[in-house]
Amino acid sequence: MAALIVKNGYVFDPLNEINGEVMDVFIKDGKIVSGLSEAEIKDAKVIDATGKTVMPGGVDSHTHIAGSKVNSGRFMRPEDHYKYNKPKTDITHSGCGETTKTVYLEGYEYAQMGYTTAFEAAVPPMKARHTHEEMRSIPMLDMGAYLVLGNNWFMMRYLKEGDMEKAAAYISWMMRAHKTYGIKCVNPAGVENWGWGENVSSLDEANIHFEITPREIIKGLCELNEELGIPMPMHLHANNLGHPGCYETTLESLAIPSKIKARQDLAVEWAETKIDPSRDRSIYLTHMQFNAFAGTSWRDFESGVKPLADYINKNEHVVIDSGCVPFGNATCMTGDGPSIHDIAVLTGGKWSNCDVDLECGSGVCPFTYLKNNPVHSVQWAMGLECLLLIDNPWQAIMTTDSPNGGPFTKYPIVMSWLMSNSFREQTFDECHKWANDRSELGGVDREMSLYDIAILTRANPAKTIGMVHRKGSLGIGADGDVTVYDIDPTKLDVNNHEELIRKFSRAAYTIKGGEIAVKDGEIVSLPNQRTYYSDITVDETAEKAMLADVKEWFRYYSIGFKHYPTPEKYLTNPTAINVNTEK
Amino acid sequence: MVVKNVVCPVCGGSCEDIQVELKDNSITVKNACKMGNGKFQEVVSEHRIKDPMIKKDGKFVKVSWEEALDKAAEILANSRRPLLFMGSETSCEAQEVGLHMGEYLGGVVDSNATICHGPTCMGIQEAGLPTSTCGVAINRSDLNIYWGTNPLASMPRHMSKYGLFPRGYWTKRGRFDRKVITVDPRKTDTAVASDLHIQLQPNSDYELLNALLTILNGKTPHHSVEQVTGIAISVMEEMVDMMLEAKFGSINVGLGAGSSFGKHRNIEMALNLVKELNNNHGTKFRIGALRGHCNVAGFNQIATYLYGYPFALDFARGYARYNPGETSCVDLLREKDVDAALVLGADLVGHTPADSAKYLCQIPMVCIDIAPGPTPSGADVLLPGVIDAFECDGTFYRLDNVPVYFEPFTDSPFDFTKSNEDTMKQLFAKVKELKEKA
Repeated sequence: MAALIVKNGYVFDPLNEINGEVMDVFIKDGKIVSGLSEAEIKDAKVIDATGKTVMPGGVDSHTHIAGSKVNSGRFMRPEDHYKYNKPKTDITHSGCGETTKTVYLEGYEYAQMGYTTAFEAAVPPMKARHTHEEMRSIPMLDMGAYLVLGNNWFMMRYLKEGDMEKAAAYISWMMRAHKTYGIKCVNPAGVENWGWGENVSSLDEANIHFEITPREIIKGLCELNEELGIPMPMHLHANNLGHPGCYETTLESLAIPSKIKARQDLAVEWAETKIDPSRDRSIYLTHMQFNAFAGTSWRDFESGVKPLADYINKNEHVVIDSGCVPFGNATCMTGDGPSIHDIAVLTGGKWSNCDVDLECGSGVCPFTYLKNNPVHSVQWAMGLECLLLIDNPWQAIMTTDSPNGGPFTKYPIVMSWLMSNSFREQTFDECHKWANDRSELGGVDREMSLYDIAILTRANPAKTIGMVHRKGSLGIGADGDVTVYDIDPTKLDVNNHEELIRKFSRAAYTIKGGEIAVKDGEIVSLPNQRTYYSDITVDETAEKAMLADVKEWFRYYSIGFKHYPTPEKYLTNPTAINVNTEK
Repeated sequence: MVVKNVVCPVCGGSCEDIQVELKDNSITVKNACKMGNGKFQEVVSEHRIKDPMIKKDGKFVKVSWEEALDKAAEILANSRRPLLFMGSETSCEAQEVGLHMGEYLGGVVDSNATICHGPTCMGIQEAGLPTSTCGVAINRSDLNIYWGTNPLASMPRHMSKYGLFPRGYWTKRGRFDRKVITVDPRKTDTAVASDLHIQLQPNSDYELLNALLTILNGKTPHHSVEQVTGIAISVMEEMVDMMLEAKFGSINVGLGAGSSFGKHRNIEMALNLVKELNNNHGTKFRIGALRGHCNVAGFNQIATYLYGYPFALDFARGYARYNPGETSCVDLLREKDVDAALVLGADLVGHTPADSAKYLCQIPMVCIDIAPGPTPSGADVLLPGVIDAFECDGTFYRLDNVPVYFEPFTDSPFDFTKSNEDTMKQLFAKVKELKEKA
């Protein structure tokens, strides 16, 4: 592969504290290098980025793009597909779907926006093969996926009995068996209750039969996460999500691991960065907006982001992603079966649900966020509050919880709202007055810089999930993933938000592993993708004892033990990250 | 040698506990049902299609693999609108190649759901699917409802593995911890084994479901429903009481619901009934279809994630369009709207209406199959099929959409192909070569 030089661009690389300096970026053999020899320069491909913005490739640390629940969404929503089609070309497959996109479209549209990495937010263990099958088909993106463990019978039993050694061995075995990357915890204790049509309403309410509380599960998983040195913090979808008043539960949940020290133990070669690439957070709250509802009903509904942001500003162990709502069509899908059921009762529309053996559940329902709807308007404001009221951008990540708040293709609109106060004011004028009356957003005049945006969409997601050895920076040794936007920072006019949206939507160049994947917003080649998973070392005797338990209880599964794991065959370029090797 | 934990490729149950012992010319099978055992015997059967063949002057002539493959590629490449029927008797991996080929050729790709649970898929598109994996029903369900299905015949181990008898976590006494209702116009073996048999009039499923929903909402349905369905309102009320008394109810629908009058509207109504049952009635319900045939669920899943629709995908415009009744295989054949066909792992001639089957036999047809039957006899090019789960590895989706990875216990009997996926890939390469030459 010829070397590549991205010449003369304004470079934004927060992990190296580079803020708009005019620099060249060199890529050789798919990796960022400090420079090239003269012979290499002669053969190198040169991209002239003069007057353009250069960033590391985008990283999405929380998105729903692969797996059985995503496919349930596609299955039940032909109406989402037939109006949004992309025909095949000589090099690309066809695809369809505005919010529930087909796999090919997911890869292409992420790349067209300058993203090169995306992590699937929830994998039901028994259906991990399905998730990997889809990820294998998603072109261009490097991926990984989080394993849902918060309502797993084995996990709940070990945590209840306080058998942390076996619990750790179980997590290690499950990550390897299903080729997944980190721990996801969705409505702990509540989804198990949903097996009986119930939920839990507070952190100290024990669930049916297993008699374990959400607090115990969150505490246990956070402790285990750090004991095992897992790449990312425990990834929490808090209880009571989507109910007015839920911000209080979230606040309490965030406080649970405040005393737990982050410990990330990866046997990797880190890329060179000025900022320490290891993570310092012990909890990663997802789609904060949906977890920040205040009020007691939909009548007195209001934003509860402020108290949460105040807490996060004072407590460094928390990192969040926003779950912004850019208005328009969406599909709500989550492992939180009961919360989706509540939304479906509210909308009266289609509803899918799938509880999974001894493990977890999920729900899907179509949704449309309307500007003239008071609650939706507040949600729009709240999503932006999540990012603007948290002072330190290294504690925040921009997402729409795609496709829950809206499809990822609307990220450029969200970026533009963050950068442009006038655009926010224009939207206030267009939407219901509750947006202003019931949130703090109207009083915020913070306008984010391109540097901030690079933190929210590249540096921090990569740092949070422990991928800085490859992603999120342009440091030497990092993957050659680079985005060039046709934005001249010296002439940037954030009042012209329409142009800003256009330019964020169609990258001038997306370079993946040193190959030009996108040029002027069009796909020009299809670089290979990888799947990352955690291979966690644990004590062998503990693993043996744990496996004896698992086999004993496996008779309650509808699948045999031999057919439970996911073979590597389902992964593209499977890349194991060795974890917990130091101890 | 005895091989354990073999996956069975017959029905949608994807049993993965089969034990086989393969000797020179015989196979001993344990744990499989009658249907499963029959299929396993195919490995040593004498009527297996072993040679590639081309029909010349109405008679099959044995030819080399290359010649057959060339002819097959020619048929597809010269077609203006080919139908690619990716049957359920093969892996997702093979079906995926078919979908890619359909997209490349601008043809139509369809699968068994189109003549099977297609209306169920369409019902889900109307209402969504409140379901669970089978294990949830095993562990929790104290009420099991079979609607329009006779699993003793169509999925013989369903009752013992998932429906009636399994001893789950909260159902330790198995059958004694469960009530069973069967809704079927016939007095089937399943109906006889049930606590309540609702013997409705044929084709009155929609009315019955509607009446149950009315009762569930605390009202009394119009008395005419008794005449239409043949069921007394008091019996319907008894059924609703049983449903509300259940802690966890599991409904299993068969083709009796989706393929009687009303079609996908029946399923939509059933799904809405389940939705309502989950709305604060103090119970939890799931519903699932008894997918009858092998990997029929798999095609729905992969076609959906690859191209957006579960079956009947028309690529004429360069992207998939979906309009059952127009882009589905029976209708395309009846309207003489395709000019060539590739049928993989399905007896399409035997299972479509006479007009469609007749036209299918008139147009150039390539067939990949393991044994003689109506479709292989109607083909112009016949390529020997490899038996998935016996002779190659791959993926099936089970009736509850859980993917099951299967590994072979013996090798492909052919030196020219390792699997149907391999055959499809070789064929696609040839098709591309021809197309690019032209």
